[in-house]
Amino acid sequence: MKVMAQMGMVMNLDKCIGCHTCSVTCKQAWTNRSGVEYVWFNNVETRPGQGYPRRYQDQEQWKGGWVRNRRGRLALKAGGRWRKLLTIFANPVLPNIRDYYEPWTYDYETLTDAPLGDDFPVAQPTSLISGQSMAVEWSANWDDDLGGGPEIGPRDPIVERVRRESEDKVRFDFERAFMFYLPRICEHCLNPSCVASCPSGAMYKRAEDGIVLVDQDQCRGWRMCVTGCPYKKVYFNHRTGKAEKCTFCYPRVEVGLPTVCSETCVGRLRYIGLFLYDADRVTEAASVADEHDLYAAQLDLLLDPHDPAVIAAARREGIAEDWLEAARRSPVYKLAKTYRVALPLHPEFRTMPMVWYIPPLSPVVDRLTETGHDGEDAGNLFGAIDALRIPVEYLAELFTAGDPEPVRGVLQKLAAMRSYMRDVTLDRPRDESAAAAVGMTGAEILEMYRLLAIAKYEERYVIPTAYEAQAHHLEEIGCSLDVDGGPGMVAASGPFGEASGRATPVSVETFHALRTRQTSDSLADPGERGARVNLLNWDGKGRPPGMFPPPRETPPAPGNLTAGGGGPESAVGAPTSEDRR
Amino acid sequence: MSILDVLLWGVLPYVTIAILVGGTVWRYRYDKFGWTTRSSELHESRLLRIGSPLFHFGLLVVIVGHVIGLLIPKSWTDAAGLSQDAYHLQALVLGAIAGFCTLVGVGILVYRRRTTGPVFSATTRNDKLMYAVLIAAIVAGLATTLLGASGGEEHNYRLTVSPWFRSLFVLQPDIEAMARSGLAFQLHTLIGLTLFAIWPFTRLVHAFTAPVGYLFRPYIVYRSRTGGPASRAPRRGWERVGTAPGGSSARRGR
Ligand code: HEM
Ligand code: SF4
Ligand code: SF4
Repeated sequence: MKVMAQMGMVMNLDKCIGCHTCSVTCKQAWTNRSGVEYVWFNNVETRPGQGYPRRYQDQEQWKGGWVRNRRGRLALKAGGRWRKLLTIFANPVLPNIRDYYEPWTYDYETLTDAPLGDDFPVAQPTSLISGQSMAVEWSANWDDDLGGGPEIGPRDPIVERVRRESEDKVRFDFERAFMFYLPRICEHCLNPSCVASCPSGAMYKRAEDGIVLVDQDQCRGWRMCVTGCPYKKVYFNHRTGKAEKCTFCYPRVEVGLPTVCSETCVGRLRYIGLFLYDADRVTEAASVADEHDLYAAQLDLLLDPHDPAVIAAARREGIAEDWLEAARRSPVYKLAKTYRVALPLHPEFRTMPMVWYIPPLSPVVDRLTETGHDGEDAGNLFGAIDALRIPVEYLAELFTAGDPEPVRGVLQKLAAMRSYMRDVTLDRPRDESAAAAVGMTGAEILEMYRLLAIAKYEERYVIPTAYEAQAHHLEEIGCSLDVDGGPGMVAASGPFGEASGRATPVSVETFHALRTRQTSDSLADPGERGARVNLLNWDGKGRPPGMFPPPRETPPAPGNLTAGGGGPESAVGAPTSEDRR
Repeated sequence: MSILDVLLWGVLPYVTIAILVGGTVWRYRYDKFGWTTRSSELHESRLLRIGSPLFHFGLLVVIVGHVIGLLIPKSWTDAAGLSQDAYHLQALVLGAIAGFCTLVGVGILVYRRRTTGPVFSATTRNDKLMYAVLIAAIVAGLATTLLGASGGEEHNYRLTVSPWFRSLFVLQPDIEAMARSGLAFQLHTLIGLTLFAIWPFTRLVHAFTAPVGYLFRPYIVYRSRTGGPASRAPRRGWERVGTAPGGSSARRGR
């Protein structure tokens, strides 16, 4: 047994309102640069829907992930080492930018510059890739909220698969449609096929916390990782010619802060914590014969952090005590393994993804309520979960390689919790049989409810900091002292055209990007320095200066040109603790 | 042996080698971030899928041909019983085919660059210069191969260019041998030297990091936050406190 620690995430889909705040804040922190305009490290897609990039789940087309070959061994779906090298000059299955979408802006200037005429001037969409005006035909969220339903929805690969069994399993007509949102980030897999696909060995899994990263200095732009990832969560920066991906906000996580997407999640539905797993058995678990066994095999890899044998083995591997403590308090371990309500996304890709999802019960509840039933009643709900097979089968294709049993189990637990808690809230006698029906006790249900419904910041995010002893090795610290040239590096291009020169550390880069934005003529707050807040550095506590524009009551003193608006410090109060959630 | 000959065939090669080696080392040290193929497949893959393999595979054959032709002395092939005519024929056929593929491939690539909007706007001046020199080298090379078909003694580069090339590496350049070769060879050689001189400063550096190591490493790469290639040597003035100088780098290099 080789114990390793893995940073993991759980998302409770019932609570996702599809607001895209996570996507937007992530983009503002990480991909608001040219070259990655089309990149969303975090995206939220409506299911049923085609996803982003279009139909990424169809591995017959995109060849991502692993397959089990005839000898029972794992092989990369897109082909092994030799095949990769022989097709390196032109990757046979690389998504085109249009499979994501062609990013665009609008020619806003005509709105003000157009000569006087009979027609209203229009801001035409202009491609950010070619600079030409373009027709917008697709985007990362084109089919949001079932937009274009009957036309676009049926092209969802999961819908296609479910319908293969019976034509009218999934309906898109208004009365019978169902939908929910699926926020996605990189899964930081235990068996990452992106890493395995990288010819230059630039991608790696961090030994300490399992975060999967791209070494920007070693990436040579062979773009095989993009094909390798079945979730299409490695992106090609078309300007720098290097791969980029979700970093699990490592600069934040290293100091104990949750990722930006979690921090800003409106539904507060994300949980972050540690898993301990047995690294020696990953390949074995990923190669089980029956796809339906993959979920169980993956669960089986997760080690019980309370087990003295596991603790001893973890200590032997040099895992620190505060990390072991964090593993014991880990909300993600509880949701995935103790309560078994969180499921992995597409285990059949065999990458052992480490972002887990609590499937939504709401389509079932909604349907019940619509048909005039009591949607909170355990008996009704249990029956409906089975009767309304549509969501269950769809969810099973997403989370358990098509095996409806585990999904049904989770939904029943959630249903039992709903009805049990209603009795608690209404002060009625508690129905222990509802709990017993899903193999739990009332106390366990209460505990699970606490974690799912009212857990506060410290319980949702149990993140140990990088080892104290190593604090000075943190990548950010190492890098930011490492920068040649200093300020101004970002906008300027290196001697060999853009994107040459050294990689700029994240903190320095965002700092400069921020400053450029601040000093440019921006709409939000013209001429005001310190007027924007970098969410990457925001710990969610308090209201840093500049988060909101300063109040306008105090006009600048005449002649005082340097301190506009009375100064951001004085305008906004000191950070308060009232925002702490 | 004129001054020009000395300069061209006795001095220039060493200057080129110095630029190539020094430039590559310098670029590797200071511009790892810029060291990439800068693939444009995200924008266009239909033409790339024909042009790029045609060009690269053709070029690999051409490179192997150059290595054989320049490094293996004629006396060796003679001793092996390969007659000049037989050698010439296979070199001509293989070389012409590979050269032709390379040329067509690069033609497709340039056509694609010019006509695909996004690829064209991602083309730098550096790329344009590189393509000019590269195509010139290929055309001149193909010309020498075809000229060689006429078979005159002055076209037997294995008696002129090759000895000169080998003599460079023992630091006794055989300038006369090179001066004796035909104009086409001299031109091709000069363009080739230019290509090598600009090589480290263009996207061509990607060829130096051809990922053969992929065949031998385990699939999943783990790296530690400390140690391993991910962490950097401390900058001067920021070394860690320790007793032995370089102690921290010893730790890093485990
Ligand atoms: C065996 C080592 C090599 C490998 C693995 C390799 C691989 C690649 C790859 C992956 C691309 C990017 C294609 C794309 O997606 O846009 C590329 C482009 C290119 N390579 Fe190579 N290459 C090698 C050697 C060379 C050599 C020796 C040369 C020239 C002397 C060369 C010249 C080029 C050029 C000019 C391009 C740009 C093509 C374009 O987009 O217009 N390569 N190479
Ligand atoms: S989800 Fe993340 S870790 Fe997994 S294969 Fe894709 S990029 Fe790699
Ligand atoms: S911020 Fe939260 S609620 Fe909003 S889309 Fe993202 S995950 Fe869903």
